[in-house]
Amino acid sequence: MPDFAQELDASGLNCPLPILRAKKMLKGLETGQVLRIVATDPGSVKDFDAFANQTGNKLLESTEEGGKYLFFIEKK
Amino acid sequence: MSDEKKLAIIATKGSLDWAYPPFILASTAAALGYDTQIFFTFYGLALLKKKLNLQVTSLGNPAMPMPMPVPVFMQAMPGMQAMMTSMMKKKMKSKGVASLEELRDLSIEAEVKMVACQMTVDLFEFDTKDFIDGIEYGGAATFFEFAGESDVCLYI
Repeated sequence: MPDFAQELDASGLNCPLPILRAKKMLKGLETGQVLRIVATDPGSVKDFDAFANQTGNKLLESTEEGGKYLFFIEKK
Repeated sequence: MSDEKKLAIIATKGSLDWAYPPFILASTAAALGYDTQIFFTFYGLALLKKKLNLQVTSLGNPAMPMPMPVPVFMQAMPGMQAMMTSMMKKKMKSKGVASLEELRDLSIEAEVKMVACQMTVDLFEFDTKDFIDGIEYGGAATFFEFAGESDVCLYI
């Protein structure tokens, strides 16, 4: 599991809030720093992949753990 | 010339349910790096009021999911719209769906440009003091100035 600088708990939030909150937090990070995101919205799996593809931030890991989805995104 | 993608939206509807697509798409597009503009016209102007008081109705909308079957003439009874609106808001909250106020604030924060249709303001004699700050007023030509260069253009 990658090291991370900050964490976002987006549990219980629905589209598009996990993406919007993540974007906001990434703004405060430096290039190369990693944001860990916890979400429960099943749609977020595809959405964070699409977010990374379109913004250039790197999706290092996307996993599921006991009904929760974990994402590690490295800031561009 | 910027290499940013552009999204232009026309928001024409002023009900609670139809207020979501413009703000969801605008805020998300902005998060993805799109330069985004929404042009609000006719009933869409209700989305710019400082105090949002949007309602939802099942009338004329047979696809509206109902907890139990209600005959159409009953759906038209006084108080039904308010009841459905409050049920819808409760449901949205319980499912973690953002409030419109929050999505609108996030859009503004992400520098989504909002333009109100001047003609509609005149037509319905709206008081611009009732609208949120930071919006512009313009007409069809103003819309095309941005929309003509957009990559995605939506009529909602």
